[in-house]
Amino acid sequence: MEQYLIFNDLSYPILSMIMLIPTAGAILALFLKSETALKWWGLAVTLATMAASLPLYTHFDSTTARYQFVELRSWFPDLGLDYVVGVDGISVLLVLLTTFVMPLCVLCSWSYIKERMREFIFVLLFIEAAMIGVFISLNTLLFFLFWEAMLIPMYLLIAVWGGPRKDYASIKYFIYTFAGSIFFLAAIIALYVQAGTFFLPALMDHPYAFGFQVWIFLGCTIAFAVKVPMFPLHTWLPAAHVEAPTAGSVILASVMLKMGGYGFLRFCLPIAPAAAIEAVPWLLALSLVSIIVGGYLALGQSDIKKLIAYSSVGHMGFVTLGIFLLNSHGIKGAILQMINHGITTGALFILIGIIYERTHSREIGVNSALGTFMPLYVLFLGIFSLSSFGFPGTNSFVSEFLVLIAAFEKYPLVGALAIPGAILAAAYMLRLLQKMVWDKSDGHAHHGHDDEHGHHGETGHRHLFDLNFREGGTLVFLAVFVFWIGFYPAPLLDMMDVSVTHLIGQIEAGTILEGTSHPIQALSATPEAAVIIDAQPAPQF
Amino acid sequence: MEIVLLFLPELILIALTLFCFFASLGRPSAGLIQGAVIVFTAAAAISAAATFGQEGFLFFEAYKIDTLSQLFKVIICLGLLLVAWSGPGLKGIESNLRPEYYMFLAISTFGLVLMSSSVELLTIFLALEIASYAMVVAIPFRNEAATRTQFEAAIKYILFGAAASGLTLFGMSYIFGLTGTTYLVEIAPLLPELVATQPLAIPAMVLLLCGFFYKLALFPLHFWTPDVYEGAANETTGFLATLPKVGAVILLLRLVTLAGVDVTALTWALGILAVVSMTVGNLAALVQGDLKRLLAYSSVAHAGYLMLGIMAGNPLGMAGAIYYALGYLLMNLACFYVIYHLSPSGGNLSLDDLQGLYRRSPLLAMTLAVGAFSLAGIPPTIGFTGKFLIFTSAYQAGFAGLVILALINAAISIFFYLKVVRAAYLTSDDGGAAIRLGIGTRSLGVVFIASIVLVGVLPQGFMALARQAVAVLP
Repeated sequence: MEQYLIFNDLSYPILSMIMLIPTAGAILALFLKSETALKWWGLAVTLATMAASLPLYTHFDSTTARYQFVELRSWFPDLGLDYVVGVDGISVLLVLLTTFVMPLCVLCSWSYIKERMREFIFVLLFIEAAMIGVFISLNTLLFFLFWEAMLIPMYLLIAVWGGPRKDYASIKYFIYTFAGSIFFLAAIIALYVQAGTFFLPALMDHPYAFGFQVWIFLGCTIAFAVKVPMFPLHTWLPAAHVEAPTAGSVILASVMLKMGGYGFLRFCLPIAPAAAIEAVPWLLALSLVSIIVGGYLALGQSDIKKLIAYSSVGHMGFVTLGIFLLNSHGIKGAILQMINHGITTGALFILIGIIYERTHSREIGVNSALGTFMPLYVLFLGIFSLSSFGFPGTNSFVSEFLVLIAAFEKYPLVGALAIPGAILAAAYMLRLLQKMVWDKSDGHAHHGHDDEHGHHGETGHRHLFDLNFREGGTLVFLAVFVFWIGFYPAPLLDMMDVSVTHLIGQIEAGTILEGTSHPIQALSATPEAAVIIDAQPAPQF
Repeated sequence: MEIVLLFLPELILIALTLFCFFASLGRPSAGLIQGAVIVFTAAAAISAAATFGQEGFLFFEAYKIDTLSQLFKVIICLGLLLVAWSGPGLKGIESNLRPEYYMFLAISTFGLVLMSSSVELLTIFLALEIASYAMVVAIPFRNEAATRTQFEAAIKYILFGAAASGLTLFGMSYIFGLTGTTYLVEIAPLLPELVATQPLAIPAMVLLLCGFFYKLALFPLHFWTPDVYEGAANETTGFLATLPKVGAVILLLRLVTLAGVDVTALTWALGILAVVSMTVGNLAALVQGDLKRLLAYSSVAHAGYLMLGIMAGNPLGMAGAIYYALGYLLMNLACFYVIYHLSPSGGNLSLDDLQGLYRRSPLLAMTLAVGAFSLAGIPPTIGFTGKFLIFTSAYQAGFAGLVILALINAAISIFFYLKVVRAAYLTSDDGGAAIRLGIGTRSLGVVFIASIVLVGVLPQGFMALARQAVAVLP
């Protein structure tokens, strides 16, 4: 077991700590009474978690693909089950993303949440612990426990603090996710019986028959495709996003969707490589459909939140596209795209929450012509909109560009088909930006009643106040990352480099074991892929 | 002397029965009897636990005390303790019948305790009937004079029960005819070959098991459950839904293992019954509006999950079945505890009555949520760990198809359990005044939540006991 692991040599068990701080914080929050105290407590706990997670970045050894900061304790010897946690280049960034996003979730709920603050903070902190647990588990059953542990609090977050159709949305979310994960559980049991262990790296090294791999791959893929979400399993996402409170949307978009992508990288590819290669054409096609359909549907939305929700489907399509190109650029681009989507879409949801608190509407028509009244707001809306459709100089540009390079390297047709998706993204984001900033306002009357000074009708907008310090600070924090990754992504790419190379090595090794001809050939020329390549003349760059 | 020590749990339960009987001659307060039940059952559980690991025979070797029986006696006695603890005041029982009520519960528990130690067919039958007939008397004890459903429930319970007992006797006669003995020890070496060669052995075994299917509410002998659950008082249903099932599990373990470890037509018959039971239970539960009927169909489904562990036949599956039985007892009693305290005068509750429970009593809502999520099998609860153990063992034994069907069933079941939680938590109009609970009742809620979560997260201790217990099986 030890050959996969580098044990934690920091003075404290860092990974357990960043799970324990929010868990303990959640329990202690139950004893607080005042709303203000609860808010500050939530902020303090999430900030403490964030601070505690910083050594993961500074002490990370990016020269090895082994799991780092590992802690190992025996838990249920009857089944050979251990508590084993660790991170590698793939998961470390997602852990950091989680710990960095959570304080913002508290901040964006500061005045948004008006009831049951104690339970809200409890649920929020509990979700944080569970999400971190998912990314650091090196044990399939532990992973599944955390995976399911997120389900109930997230359900409550939508169902208790959600919008008017919260019942529908929360149930849909729960049933989709739970039904998906049932198949994943079946795969975990099958793997355990086959290989006799729950230890993830050992499961990756174990050779499986091709037929068995296909079943495992299918079981895992259903669970992860729901979570990502991939067309045609994406329909829970718009409902959940629209009804969830801002913090819920941010958690969903920034972290939870990433678990699908992470699952593909952690389970599907290394455990069932031969099946994965066979499935590549299908998954690439579904990714492309997700990109195009997500973008197309976003174009027609009049509800801002729904628009961003559909845009998420498109962006996550780039993630799965990158993953299933099965080359270094693609997977790196996919991981970076996950981080970027977390930053950008999280910020957009925070922006929607801010405007919703002021106008009590998420209709584009009602929230138009804000440029005059809220210049700061519009500035940030502009930054994050540009970032969302991958404007050069922003973070998403780097990742989408990497994925597109990978696509053109391998299957030019796939790359060519993904381009319209990128164009669609620009179309719907610019349309949104144009309407919200400059368009003639036709919706003043809708929120005239919101005005406290007795003005009604058309004067409504005049009393929209711009961002306050808290909101501005949140957005500046995220904007820093937008430009940092946009101009200098090298540190992040370096962190994941060795792990991604190792992953690709695992896939190739799995292919050799299967007895397919040459690994490189097998990777680039499955029969279906050959057809695609034949259909398209070689690219001329 | 030593044998008396081994027999102490049974003696304590007999003493409890006598105490209840003499107390019922006067007009004692419900609290006195309840206190006595808690003290006596705790004593019985402790005395059973104290003899854990020892062995002994009684009554011409028809009655065996071993680790398996002692473990089940502890669970059964603790079950009665929890039933008594969760129903203070017996508000669902007609007031002049309250003193007698616990006497019948104690007799039934005594029968179940006998069941866990019986290793001879006629003794088994005797114990089964003692456990059943006491309940037939207790089911109609209900204070709703206007309705007659409690009598319907009792009639159904006795008719179905008598039919199932008849089938069991019939099966026993075949087994006796085939083997010439009624002792399980002597049947054990003969039966595996008979099952493989004699066409009659399989129907004989299935018929023999029918009485326990009835207790466990396994398809096709589950028809009594919804009506009996609905008709009986809430506290009676809490008992009926849990303890007899634990008793059925132990005998199913003893009897199914008799047929050997090979996969035969018998195994497949049990597997099919298990899967059909899950499916029928879960699908029927989807459309129930009455909370007790919903739990009744859910118990039919859970009988299927339990059966899967028993038929897997490997130590992990059997120990898992014991673990699941414990979990089933805890999570069901948690739900019935909530029903008892929420129902103002002991009537039945519909899903709508749960509305606003969160505002009326956060503790009850939390207990119900933990119980329901555990029944649904969501980690980190005892229900998840139990399902996981059982499914893993069934997969190990080669029943991958059955495991997939069971998992799909688990996915279906989430819907109605979620409906329960949703009704308790999310409906915003508060449906009534706050519910005041005594300190004892509140601490019981905490005990339920803590045990469901802790035993679920740390199963190692109990599983070690359960593995030790199943080691005595052939």
